[in-house]
Amino acid sequence: MKSERAMERRRFLKGTLGAASLVALSGCDNLTQSSWFPSILSKAERWTETVQRAVTPKDALAKEYGVADISKIFPANGNTDPGTEQYAEHVARSFSGWMLEVVGLVQVPRSWSLAALKELPARTQITRHDCVEGWSAIGKWTGIPVGDLMRQVEPLPNARYAVFHCADVDDEGIAYYESIAVADCYHPQTILAYELNSAPLDVSHGAPLRLRFERQLGYKQAKYVMKIELVESLAGIGGGKGGYWEDQGYEWYAGI
Amino acid sequence: MALLIQSGKAISREGDQMPIVEPSASETLSTVSTPMVSSSPVIERVYRHRLPVRISHWLNVPFLIILIMSGLQIFNAHPALYWGDRSDRDQALLAIRPVQSESGEVKGITTILGHQFDTTGVLGYSDDMRRGFPAWATIPSAKWLAMGRQWHLFFAWLFVINGLIFTAYAFASRHATRDLTPTGKDFRGIGKSLRDHLLLQHPSGKESKQYNVLQKLAYATVLFIVAPLIVLTGLAMSPTVDTAFPWILTILGGRQAARTIHFVACFSFVGFIVIHVLQVILTGFFNNIRSMVTGWFLVQHKGVRHEV
Repeated sequence: MKSERAMERRRFLKGTLGAASLVALSGCDNLTQSSWFPSILSKAERWTETVQRAVTPKDALAKEYGVADISKIFPANGNTDPGTEQYAEHVARSFSGWMLEVVGLVQVPRSWSLAALKELPARTQITRHDCVEGWSAIGKWTGIPVGDLMRQVEPLPNARYAVFHCADVDDEGIAYYESIAVADCYHPQTILAYELNSAPLDVSHGAPLRLRFERQLGYKQAKYVMKIELVESLAGIGGGKGGYWEDQGYEWYAGI
Repeated sequence: MALLIQSGKAISREGDQMPIVEPSASETLSTVSTPMVSSSPVIERVYRHRLPVRISHWLNVPFLIILIMSGLQIFNAHPALYWGDRSDRDQALLAIRPVQSESGEVKGITTILGHQFDTTGVLGYSDDMRRGFPAWATIPSAKWLAMGRQWHLFFAWLFVINGLIFTAYAFASRHATRDLTPTGKDFRGIGKSLRDHLLLQHPSGKESKQYNVLQKLAYATVLFIVAPLIVLTGLAMSPTVDTAFPWILTILGGRQAARTIHFVACFSFVGFIVIHVLQVILTGFFNNIRSMVTGWFLVQHKGVRHEV
């Protein structure tokens, strides 16, 4: 009698647990597809940003490594070649005609040729790149502090975001872009890099200029940067979320 | 179920003779039941779990399931683990990948510390999809890193807030020290407790009113070691947190090491949950569930057949 009951009980539990897990799973998928639930989930981004900004000193540096720590292979993710005709021409001419424009809410809009940028005081940093996928690679980056460029163009008081417009487009023709807070442009490690591991940036890593924004995840590190536009609001640019990946559902604040 | 029915009868039959015992007095009052007629079951009601503990416990059920499953979704974006700061592909401690043979057949291959296992159907390749963990183990079920992160980082906040409130309560109410910390006497009985557990013999009567030594160790380890560790290693994967508190990565052994420890801690939770649920079922499912829902736990004293 005991075993019969026990078996009954076991069958009941098995059935209940199986059904419960199925309901839970499809329930989660339904919530994911709903219009209201993901907007609740996305509240966490603001909490994370608020707390992380509060506990992180403004100029605290991401860890800088030694030469021995550099990854033998630095993976190239996302777009590894813009693939447009204009870009191919730039490659053919070794980017001699590449211009970086800084425009938008600034006192003095300016543009620099790549050669002119390389004349400016550079910063070299060996840092860790943390991809949103989970992998990490260490590389030595050399470039111009974005803060130095900002001091030359003098952002207007209402400039909140620096939008980095890039030369690459995806398979559907959507242009890649990324944005960070203007305040974060002045962080000493926020640079526009033109060298990786003491060699000019190659195409797969974002030649000729890519952003290094060391305190956030890899997808913020825009490649093939052509233009920095200072704006008050991200609405109306691309999908309005502040970046190519942000428009696909990734957080604008990529501190974790 | 049988226990519940029998206890229900006992309650109605015995009426107010049933000693209802408050937790603080439960030690001394257990003797009150002795004068009862030996043939009738002597059942004592014990207020076992107080409200904050119950709320925190049940919140953790969805929180942990969601965190584990959305965590596996995130893991699937790069299903490999490493030590140190870098993820050098040739230095992986664990790697799950689909491998296509010459015949065109795809297998899921899991490599752990250099040993290869064919895990087709579960890891690496399942339901005709190339993915680390299978669809039934991830939130969302489809491959969708951005959404997995949304779930994970939202519920991570709730899990941490719940954990902080529980911790504050557990120490303020002395739940942690009184109920969860093994005593010297507990430790001296660890051999017997281990044997009893392996033989699936469970404490009854007075003994069942307190957590046994293995129970205390399991709860204390999960609450005060594994849970803080999983939060710390989760935070350590944040490049901003690493900037603010560089020592975290120093003590953990690097960002990829933190990710590996996070994964191991996750499966420690999975292991704990499996054993925990098994024990709940084996030691009187409905009595246990009721005590975690209402707080009241029924204890059967000697003279009563324990097995039903």
